[in-house]
Amino acid sequence: MSLQAPAIPPDIQSQPLTLDAISHSYGDALAVNEVTLEVRAGELIALLGPSGCGKSTLLRIVAGFINQTSGRVVIADRVVDALPPNRREVGIVFQSYALFPHMTVAENIAYGLEARGESKTTCRERVKEMLATVRMEGFADRKPRQLSGGQQQRVALARALAVRPRILLLDEPFAALDKNLRLDMQIEIKRLQRQFGLTAILVTHDQDEAMSIADRIAVMSKGRIEQLGSPVEIYDQPETLFVNDFIGSSNRFAGVIESAGEGAYSVRLASGALWQVTSRKPFAPGDRVVATIRPEQLVLTDEATAGSIPVTLKLSLPIGGELIHDVETRSGEAFKVAAGRRPGEPASPMAATHCALAPHARPILFPQPAA
Amino acid sequence: MSGAATGETAGVEWRLAAPLGLTYLAFFAAPLLILLVMSFSVDDNLGGFSLAAWAKFWGDPFYRGVVWDTLRLGLVTVAMTTLFAYPIALLFIASGPGLQRLLLFIVLLPLLTSVVIRTFAWIAILSREGVLNQALLALGLTTAPLNLLQTELGLVIALMQIEMPLMLLPLITVMRQIDPSLSDASRALGGSKWRTFRKVILPLSLPGWIAGATLVFASATTAFISQTVIGGARLVYLPTLIWQQAMVVYNWPFAAVASVTLLVAVLAGVSLFAMLGRFARTA
Repeated sequence: MSLQAPAIPPDIQSQPLTLDAISHSYGDALAVNEVTLEVRAGELIALLGPSGCGKSTLLRIVAGFINQTSGRVVIADRVVDALPPNRREVGIVFQSYALFPHMTVAENIAYGLEARGESKTTCRERVKEMLATVRMEGFADRKPRQLSGGQQQRVALARALAVRPRILLLDEPFAALDKNLRLDMQIEIKRLQRQFGLTAILVTHDQDEAMSIADRIAVMSKGRIEQLGSPVEIYDQPETLFVNDFIGSSNRFAGVIESAGEGAYSVRLASGALWQVTSRKPFAPGDRVVATIRPEQLVLTDEATAGSIPVTLKLSLPIGGELIHDVETRSGEAFKVAAGRRPGEPASPMAATHCALAPHARPILFPQPAA
Repeated sequence: MSGAATGETAGVEWRLAAPLGLTYLAFFAAPLLILLVMSFSVDDNLGGFSLAAWAKFWGDPFYRGVVWDTLRLGLVTVAMTTLFAYPIALLFIASGPGLQRLLLFIVLLPLLTSVVIRTFAWIAILSREGVLNQALLALGLTTAPLNLLQTELGLVIALMQIEMPLMLLPLITVMRQIDPSLSDASRALGGSKWRTFRKVILPLSLPGWIAGATLVFASATTAFISQTVIGGARLVYLPTLIWQQAMVVYNWPFAAVASVTLLVAVLAGVSLFAMLGRFARTA
């Protein structure tokens, strides 16, 4: 059966990758600032951040296209800094796929094998095997321009994996794909990465991509890793305001610590509401803080409850199975509340007058950033 | 797209092209026809019919040699410009915007000077007492000054500099459009720099090279000023021959035969490169 994935090739072994205090500057501009990251064998780590955060530079350093200003890249206990890109055994899938337009699909896949001096028979067999792996049998003689975006990406993956790389680098691989195709390809890449036991780095600015396929996410900003953790940790326990704002959507409320004890704090918000918040960070009574809360951890009510904020409902948007409410406090602070929508429920169900924390809500406290 | 619409468009396009078309007809096609008739004439009054001029031209090994020398000059100039243009084009696409502007200026410089001045400058460089020979003598690389003027080597060197922009501009234009991540992909897949050039950059840059080679070939084979001033009396190419026959000997039918021959030879060379282009696209 052609749909059945071949077993893991026996000659493949996962290799760990370590970035050791890597810094890189372009002229005076520091693009990567002392980044240390240990990628475990067989793990997929996403470097997630806005453009210009240094994630692509880091990827190019691992591939060997850029020589870092300082620090070391270690693949399987071997420092590879002195090796040119063609000797690092790193597979890359580019955003543009970078398929050779003058070669057929088969020639593209065989390129790396021929460069390594593999025999014609090995090349032919490996090409066949890789085409089966990415479910593209029958496309061997097509030119890249005759393929759809998703098919091109499958070929790019097959080409990168044909040489049995030790590390797989994915540079914004889904950016050029339709939304519907994107999820399919994410599943496909995750499947192949597991099947080949590859240690992989995914560079992306799209949090959904990172969330869906990464084992761990390194959120980057201004050349540094702000936080490294599992997708759930990053979402539920952001360590900095930057991570909090960059991942998912979030509401900010200014407040002051009223009382503190054993990691539990009472926070008086500007609207007058008093929230009980737990935090591992130390705060003292009187500290000015920012309390953040995800829209789905807030509920709208039509009566005042403990810790509720009096609000006006401005607008409700039905987004699929969710309702996003745009609300405003008396003092004019705007924020969002998300709630599941029952089938048949209209977009504006009620005249809400108050907003309260959901029972499971976990607001997060951050020190007030210096203005 | 309906048939009526295309017919209408075609009509409009034809009328728009009419002024230039008529100009070409009167000042290009008609003189060409006169030239062809002249080559079969007895004298310069277009009188009579004779194959004498054609027989004399193609029967004489000297004139056949001139045709061959002219074609070879074109091919050697194309080969030499190619050899020097690729490294410059590779340097260009690898450079930052500042260096690119400087390189482009240097490349275009020959086009900004008059052909006559450029050619005389090459005499100053290539002559026995010239800059090149003095440098070679001073460095001890040669004991006697090299004879470069009135040699094919000297002519090719001069033509190469003069024609370089014609090769480089199309080559750079095409090479700039090659996705830089293709080189990265080749390198990451284990390809050496040389393999990356040979298997990826070179085939993808071929359309630019073919355009450049066509221009350089057509231009080098017909470069009358450079051929006469640097080649002198010792080297005779078709343009020089035509000038001698038409303006010195006043044998117009014979000059017409040489002209038609030059035209066909250049067209043959140009179509050869065009054919290579079609082959490269389908391959």
